Amino acid sequence: MGLTPMTLPMTMAEKILARASGREAVRPDEIVVANVDLAMSHENADLVRKSFLEIGVSQVWDASKIVIIFDHRIPAESEKTATTHKAVREFAAAQGIENFYDVGRGGICHQVLAERGHVRSGMVVVGTDSHTTTHGALGAFATGIGATEMAGVWTEGKLWFKVPSTIRIEVEGEFRPWISAKDLILYIIGKLGADGADYRAVEFDGPAIRRMTQASRMVLANLSMEMGAKVAFTPVEEMGPDPGAQYERTLRVDAGRDVAEPQIACPHSVDNVKPLSAVGDLEVHQAVLGSCTNGRIEDLEVAARVVAGRQVHKRTRLVVIPASQQVYREAMKLGYLETLMAAGAIINPPGCGPCVGVHQGILAAGEVCVSSTNRNFIGRMGSKDSFVYLASPAVVAASAIAGRLAHPAEVEAAHV
Amino acid sequence: MSDVKLVLRGRVRAVLGENIDTDLIYPGRFLNVTDREKTAEHLFELAYPEIRAGLQAGEFIVAGKNFGCGSSREQAAAALKFAGAGAVVAGSFARIFYRNAINLGLPAVVSAEAHAGCEVGDELEIGLTQGVIRNLTKGTELRAAALDPRAVELLEAGGLIPYLKKKYAA
Ligand code: SF4
Repeated sequence: MGLTPMTLPMTMAEKILARASGREAVRPDEIVVANVDLAMSHENADLVRKSFLEIGVSQVWDASKIVIIFDHRIPAESEKTATTHKAVREFAAAQGIENFYDVGRGGICHQVLAERGHVRSGMVVVGTDSHTTTHGALGAFATGIGATEMAGVWTEGKLWFKVPSTIRIEVEGEFRPWISAKDLILYIIGKLGADGADYRAVEFDGPAIRRMTQASRMVLANLSMEMGAKVAFTPVEEMGPDPGAQYERTLRVDAGRDVAEPQIACPHSVDNVKPLSAVGDLEVHQAVLGSCTNGRIEDLEVAARVVAGRQVHKRTRLVVIPASQQVYREAMKLGYLETLMAAGAIINPPGCGPCVGVHQGILAAGEVCVSSTNRNFIGRMGSKDSFVYLASPAVVAASAIAGRLAHPAEVEAAHV
Repeated sequence: MSDVKLVLRGRVRAVLGENIDTDLIYPGRFLNVTDREKTAEHLFELAYPEIRAGLQAGEFIVAGKNFGCGSSREQAAAALKFAGAGAVVAGSFARIFYRNAINLGLPAVVSAEAHAGCEVGDELEIGLTQGVIRNLTKGTELRAAALDPRAVELLEAGGLIPYLKKKYAA
């Protein structure tokens, strides 16, 4: 006798989509229509707003489930942006959208969504930002969609999904000193490729993951987007995959052996990953510490530890962007910002800053940037002839001090 | 009702490689352009401005796998559509780009054979529901994935907005 649908073991993605679509069980490749629990947008809420008005419905489906957080261009860097900000502000007020985080109230959308308790495990979360996958670290089926599709969600409160198959990634072993979640996920992206998880769900687990902080788990879920993942989960207490759930494949990683060195994503794609020692001598003009990937307290802490009592190299600028107002204030209280500034860092207001190439740290032609952000595409942070190397916060800080790509252990040993 | 035909005919404007990301298609610095038609002015602006400059209405962009990877920015699909592209044909698409394209009424056709089987200037006939691309210049037939019925429904409606408009505002 076969298993009845009720006893079919399911992955995290399958369980959440089954619940949200009112089914007992779902299987990969089925199309389901799922109720959306949370719908997040940033400045592109202006595009959503326009599409929504075109549809012609007067009221959003549920104002309490919509969150809008300005982060890409704050404070407004141009009149054009100020105009879109204003339009969204007025729309939010008119629609009764109370979860609206204006300039100075929030920070980077993913950080704010998580730290303000909007996300709970088992939710279906959609955001008009590709790194919405971050919230899989809180146990949500969380994924990015486009603005017009979001207008549909604002109208109907639901969205169709193809149930993804799941790649399981088990990580054991001990991280070496200075090696972090960023190095692990860059290593994995290097192995699987920029489309290695396209349309798939990813589940991370294993002892090395279970020892990680919440902030570090968010790094994994966030960057899984860069291998195409639809959603990415790390373990949560409240729910897990069923024992016996079916995986498309399982990848095993030993954190100590496989990720023995800091990992660097070289220009111009996130899967062009090399261990630090293989990159060679590289002069660095700008070092960026921030973003929805690595702008949290633990990232600022490690950077402060590396630069404490040292000076940023004269050819290098160190740009630091706390991920949110809350992170900024905490880092201030803990003295990390003081340490970073004493070393010569500039602190930007919480937001995306130069990550998306708009303002607050744009690169000139020929310049090299080592960045804790998540994309190194051509022209991402400025000139199409600039070069972005993605690395961990510790490597960013060490490189700022050395003026070239550097291992934090080297900087520490130099006693400068 | 249909403003998208299910058999498309046109020339190949460009043949691009793999992992053409959304920053290449539509740079982040122009994201505060929220008039869909105006996004066309910045299509491929940093990397391949010559593609936009020479694009004729109905021409095709052909690429390798993972077209549209990266950001969720809808402007990438909008810029292609409003610059006049008739369709994008790629080995595979990143999922958000694919959904954006269909939602805006821009056909996105998956074909593993098109990248090697097409050159700039070739004339193609694409059967969206048949899963076949005829390269009329070369006299060859290339396999493609037939669009699923949900995508066809949206394309025939002219995109998600007109589709929802009909459903809710009638
Ligand atoms: S920090 Fe960068 S990647 Fe994250 S939401 Fe902002 S622009 Fe996107």
